[in-house]
Formats: sequence, structure tokens, C-alpha cells
Amino acid sequence: MKTACVEYDYAEHRLSCSGEWTTAHLVELERNLIEHLPLAAAEVDIDGSTISAFDTVGAWMVKKIIANLQAHNVLVRVGGFSTPQLDLIELVSIDQVLAKPEVERFLPALGRTVVDQFEESLAFISFIGEMVIIGLCAFTKLNKLDWSNGIYVIEKTGARALPIVGLLSFLIGVVLTYQMGVQLQTYGANIFIVDLLGLAIFREFAPLLTAIIVAGRSGAAFTAEVGIMKIREEIDALKIMGLVPLETIVFPRIWGLIWSIPLLTVWADLFGMLGGMLMSDAMLGVSHHDFIQHAKHAVSLSSFVIGIGKAPVFAGIIASVGCFQGLRVTGSAESIGAQTTKSVVMAIFLIIVADAGFSILLSYFDI
Amino acid sequence: MMMRTVLKDSMKPVISIQHLSTAYGKHTIHQDLSLDVYQGEVMAIVGGSGSGKTTLMRHILALQKPVAGHIYLFGTELFTANQISLQACRLQTGVLFQHGALFSTLSVMQNVAYPLREYTDYSATTVNELAMLKLQLVGLSPQAAHQMPSELSGGMIKRAALARALALDPQILFLDEPTSGLDPHSAGAFDELIIELKSVMDLTVFMVTHDLDTLWQIADRVTFLGHGRVLACATMAELGQSEHSEVRAYFAGPRGRAAQQAYKVEAG
Repeated sequence: MKTACVEYDYAEHRLSCSGEWTTAHLVELERNLIEHLPLAAAEVDIDGSTISAFDTVGAWMVKKIIANLQAHNVLVRVGGFSTPQLDLIELVSIDQVLAKPEVERFLPALGRTVVDQFEESLAFISFIGEMVIIGLCAFTKLNKLDWSNGIYVIEKTGARALPIVGLLSFLIGVVLTYQMGVQLQTYGANIFIVDLLGLAIFREFAPLLTAIIVAGRSGAAFTAEVGIMKIREEIDALKIMGLVPLETIVFPRIWGLIWSIPLLTVWADLFGMLGGMLMSDAMLGVSHHDFIQHAKHAVSLSSFVIGIGKAPVFAGIIASVGCFQGLRVTGSAESIGAQTTKSVVMAIFLIIVADAGFSILLSYFDI
Repeated sequence: MMMRTVLKDSMKPVISIQHLSTAYGKHTIHQDLSLDVYQGEVMAIVGGSGSGKTTLMRHILALQKPVAGHIYLFGTELFTANQISLQACRLQTGVLFQHGALFSTLSVMQNVAYPLREYTDYSATTVNELAMLKLQLVGLSPQAAHQMPSELSGGMIKRAALARALALDPQILFLDEPTSGLDPHSAGAFDELIIELKSVMDLTVFMVTHDLDTLWQIADRVTFLGHGRVLACATMAELGQSEHSEVRAYFAGPRGRAAQQAYKVEAG
């Protein structure tokens, strides 16, 4: 008999316990304990002499039985337990009450979120300010700066991203041509696909697509890297050496991205147009030769420059948001996940806001 | 010590390591190492850095496979055992990792309740009560129950991790540097806690430690690892007089002597 049991002998007022009183074998008994107890009796002897195995849960169970009986004014005597078993029963307590966890109510939670968000915005603004000052200071000691970190960042965020950025912009070029080509065909204005593609890809799609891919790819990586450095106290180690963590950790990432995103944008321009060119030939009957000839007039330098001009702004957003969120990591593994999510969402949000800002600004100046 | 020799003859070892060899690439860690640990004893493993103490423990926990040799835990050979019997062995062992290894996304109580919830059929209320019981056993206050591991001090992390290791009332408790990173007072209190729990819960303790005070306080036998094998395996008092120069150097240094003096004063 393995399962823990209790049996009550009415004649002798004895509650005999038997079986294995261990974590694994007490489940049944625990579930319907009260039914087994002679709560109406005047006095009860608890006998543990036939218990074959005993652990802390067994001891806890015995304590519970005693407490339950005593609560019903039953006189309890304990017998037949070995000395180690009695020691264990002595040691465990059953009145360790778990306090209710504090559940935050809706209004205080809302208030705290608002204050937290406000505080985070202020911290981000001051972070940007610090970065600007550090960036300006960097000009005064150009020969002392370690450029290799930045080059490494360019390789990781730029060179390694070439395949995915190329492929996705190629596909966007194909999709755009397909969607717009159908409209143009009805007017027989097939060749103007070049004008449309030139405007859409160079001005909007290439920089935006590149920035969003890099935000997901490198922005998230920045947050995780910096976050782990924060947890492992590497940031503190830099501080006590008198170095400014922002300068050694954040600055190379920002300037690395400021180089790699514009370059990636040019790459995306090329592949987007290539996709469009292949699709124009297949669907609209615009030959490659015609496409390139027309592109010379149709794509203005200003579209290209505007597209490339947005890229460093996006780079600044991605790198600073990524590092900023990384530095806000606290303690746990969960926090890294939370900050990385925040970093990507915040970066993409700010990129699109900045892009909208550009559109408004440029249309105001009529460019 | 008489008791122990009697025990050895009559009882089967709970952990039996036979002719174990391990290597990382070309670097040999263990070479033909054999060791037995008996029911109810506190076995401590010492040795210089890189002597393979932690690796040995990882082998016994079946977290890492050796190159050659066998390890029997409760008579089950670990490296040929199927998942079911390995699982059964694992449920009989509790491990206190060096840095606690508490799940950082769960509160202290949820950490302790986790194995209970996974492996027993108790109701949620009972699981919570049992988790509180374990916290009481290791001397943590009910207020600590809802704290997250990142909010705990070093000593509290060790205690919470010990509570989790004891959640299923294991037969063997593994301790990896139980007192490292604790202040002397907390370390002493933790040693006492382990002695107390060991006697009431009838535990066999296998620990890796550098702490000489801990060794004097709680170890029944101490195994000294060096050059990939067991250089000595005896009580602390005997190790001080060891033939082996390396072992003597370890225990007869100024720190070793200080710990011994302190222990003698305390015991006498």
C-alpha cells in the first residue's frame, strides 16, 4: 500500500495513519481530508506507527489534521511517530499566511503609466541632447576616437543586410509595377510607369523600407547588446574608468548607422528599379532599353537626393532609440524582451512620423 | 567515524561514480575517477580551479556526458537510462545552482511552486500553501514570497533557490558553491540551515565548495580532486595530515589553519 491513508477506529478513538506520507502520495488524502476526520469525537489518538515514508508534506499534513481536530474542540494525542518524524512535524508550520499580492487598480495604474511615459520621453530628450553634445565634442578629438567600432557596425548593419534589403526592394518594385501598370494600361500610357516608379521608389519606398528593415534587424540587436552589457555591469565598469558609456557604446553605433543606411538606400533604389524594369518588360511591353532611356529624364536628381537625405535621420532615430532602450534594461531577462519590443515599435513609429514630417516640409517648400 | 565504516559495509551508495573520464577537446578533466557517496552523508568536493568539480557535478546531474565511465544514481546508470527512469532519478534530486538560477520572470513563491505544479496533482491553493511551507523551512519571511528574483539580496536568492531545490522533498541535495558571494554571517547561517534541513529531511548532500568554514562545519567526508582523479577522500581532520603535498598545501595554508582553529575553539 503506497497511498497515504487514515483510518478511524471508533471504539478506541484511534486515527491510524498508514502508507507513504510523501509529496507524491498525499494528493488523494489532501483532497478529502475533512471527510476522513472524526470531528465529532471528544478525544482522538493519532497513530503514526504504520507510516512507511515521511517527508515535509507528510509532516505538514499531520499538523493540518491536528489543527482541524483542535478547531472542533477535539482533544488530540500524538503517538507512534519516530523522533525524526516528530522533529519534522515540530519544524513545519501551517500558519504561514500568504499575503495577497497587491493588485493595482485601474486609475492608479493608468496614472502611473502616464507618468512613466512622460518620464521616458523626458529621458529620451535628454539622451538626444547628450548625444548631440558628445557628437560635437568628438570633432575636437578626431584623432583619439576609435573608428574601428564604427566600421564594425557598418559591416554588421550594412554589408550583412545587403541581400535582404536587395531582395525586398526588388519585390516591392515588381509589386508596384504590377499594381500601377494595370491602371496605366487602360490609358495606353505604359511608358509613364518609369516616372511613377522613379518618384515612388526613390523618394519614399527605398528609404522607408530600408529603415524599417534595419530597425527590425539592427535596432533590436542594439537594444539586446546594450541591455546585456547593462545587466553584466559592463556599463558601470566603463563609468568607473571615467569613460562616458554613451561615447564608447552609443556613439559608434549611431555614426555607423548614419553611413550604412544611406548606402543601403542607394542599393534599395537600384533593386527596386530593377524589379520594376523586369516587370515593365513582361507586363507592359516596355523594353529595358526604353525603360533606361526614359528613366534618364523621368527620375529627377531631387527625388534621389531627398531619399538619401532622409536616410541619416532614420539612422539617427534607429540607433538612438535602440541604445536608449538598451540602457533602460533592468535586472531580468524579461526586461530585455520588453525593451527590445519597445525599441522596434518606437523606432518604426518615429521613422514614419519623421517621414510624414518630411513630406509636409517638402511640399511647403514646393520641392 | 565508526558509524560511517559500518554504514559503508552495509549500505549501497546512492551515488556511485566508476572509472569516469572526461575531456574538453584535448584537455583532460577527469581520468579514471571513481567515488561513492552514501545515504545520509555530506560529501564535499574540493580542488583547485579547473580541477573539474563543477563538471563532475554536471555529470551526476546527467547534464553532460563523459567520454567514458559510469555513474549510478540510486542504482540507475545515468547515461544508458531511458527518459522515464532518468526522470524518476531527477525527481529525487534537488539542485542549488551557484547563482540560484531562479526563473527571473516568476516571483519567489511561483519559483518554489513551479515543480510542485508540474509534478503533483495538488490544487492551486495547496500548492501555494506547500510553497509557503518550503519558504518557511529555509527561513524566508512571507513578505518575500511576492518579490521578484531581481529584487532579492544574495543571501535571499540562495535561500529561495534552496526552497525550490527542496520543493519535491528530494533525497539528494546538490549544492554548487552554496556560500559563495555571501557575507560571513549569512554564510554561517546558511551552513547551519543546511545542517538542520539535512538532519530533519534525511538528505544526502553533495556539494562543491571552496569555503573552508563550510567544510569544517558540515562536511562528513571531503574529496580532493586533482590531476583528473581523487587525490584524497577523508574527513577534514584527516586531510590536514594527508601524505599528499598538494592536499596539505590546500588545507595547511594560513586560511586553512585559521578555519581549523576557529572550528576547534567552537567545537571545544
